[in-house]
Amino acid sequence: MADELVLLDFWLSPFAMRVRIALAEKGIEYESRGENVMNNSDLLLEMNPVIKQIPVLIHKSKPICESLIIVEYIDEVWKHKSAFLPCDPYQRAQARFWADFVEKKVYSLGRKMWDSTGEAQEAAKKELISCFKLLEVELGEKPYFGGESFGFVDLALIPSCCWSLWFEECGINMAGEFPKIFAWAERCMDRESVAKSVPDRHRVYAFLVELRKKLFAKH
Amino acid sequence: MANQTILLDYWPSMFGMRARVALREKGVDFEYREEDLTNKSPLLLQSNPIHKKIPVLIHNGKPVCESLNVIQYVDEAWSDKTPFFPADPYGRAHARFWADYVDKKFSDAQFKIWGKKGEEQEAGKKEFIEAIKNLESELGDKPYFGGDSFGYVDISLITFYSWFGAYEKFGNFSIEAETPKLIAWCKRCMEKESVSKSLPDSEKIVAYAAEFRKNNL
Repeated sequence: MADELVLLDFWLSPFAMRVRIALAEKGIEYESRGENVMNNSDLLLEMNPVIKQIPVLIHKSKPICESLIIVEYIDEVWKHKSAFLPCDPYQRAQARFWADFVEKKVYSLGRKMWDSTGEAQEAAKKELISCFKLLEVELGEKPYFGGESFGFVDLALIPSCCWSLWFEECGINMAGEFPKIFAWAERCMDRESVAKSVPDRHRVYAFLVELRKKLFAKH
Repeated sequence: MANQTILLDYWPSMFGMRARVALREKGVDFEYREEDLTNKSPLLLQSNPIHKKIPVLIHNGKPVCESLNVIQYVDEAWSDKTPFFPADPYGRAHARFWADYVDKKFSDAQFKIWGKKGEEQEAGKKEFIEAIKNLESELGDKPYFGGDSFGYVDISLITFYSWFGAYEKFGNFSIEAETPKLIAWCKRCMEKESVSKSLPDSEKIVAYAAEFRKNNL
């Protein structure tokens, strides 16, 4: 029942998006509670006292934190459909490896590209481009990183597509340089679970630009 | 057979040690291969082209990289032996959270203590003490992080124990004074052969860290 499942959320957070997509993929109802990330609520601090960040999934009053851990939890509890991870241990290890790569590289570099300027921003951009090159090779001719079905790595990466306008502005031509990833992103956005969980990229772009202006106005 | 399981490793690496402990816990026969990180083998570069790091577990010709990933793989590939995770999804998510905490907060902080000096080192020491206190609180009165049995979080953390002497020497503090229960847990884990055989002597690590500081700081 919806009142057993609460997601402490933030519309812009790519990490929260992963969880929203995962829940939608499994057809699970839940209550979304938007958090103001500048001012943590008492519930957030009680449920995630160690890291103090969203997303937090609260299931039957027990908190689960860290987006990819939440996604695995969802996969294990709601086994009836749309498995995110394969059964074979080696394939699972591969999926975890690439999700970890996306986690460590794509988001932190994307962030760095946004909150830095000049040489630091250029360096982040170069490194992000090399990451996308590796991901383009890894995807290959498969429809999804998971193979025939949308899975763990797809979930990990797809929220980054809502930053695409920002990437374009920084000079990364996703469609031209990474046609396979570009096509993959379009394919993912066709899925209802993704379309309803990922905010409109124009809205994201406008928000990022505004926030960036404020960030650099302070310095 | 031993030649079907190869571990590419580096003796002082706490990440490499995790793989050693996991394999020994499952009673797996494996071939340990020491890598020279200044001159990485073609096998390492081919098996982990993305990060080019150890540990890499090569099982029946297929490579598995990233130490926490290796622990999970070992658990799943040798599922007939004592599991590293509880059966229930919440317990599993909880274990993953704490191992992830070790990798993010604890690991970054500990490096600053032996790998840096001055303000960075001081900041690292503060972060480290906060992290070990959080970990001790999580352990509570349980014999292991896994509860009654040694598990995923225990494996992810215990390998850093071989480095505690180095942290205390270069950070100039006593870990036992800060977190006595955690030290008791360390000693309990060291009684397990899988752990004691996989961790190098503390003095060797202290010497290694001293050499690093001499050459880099």
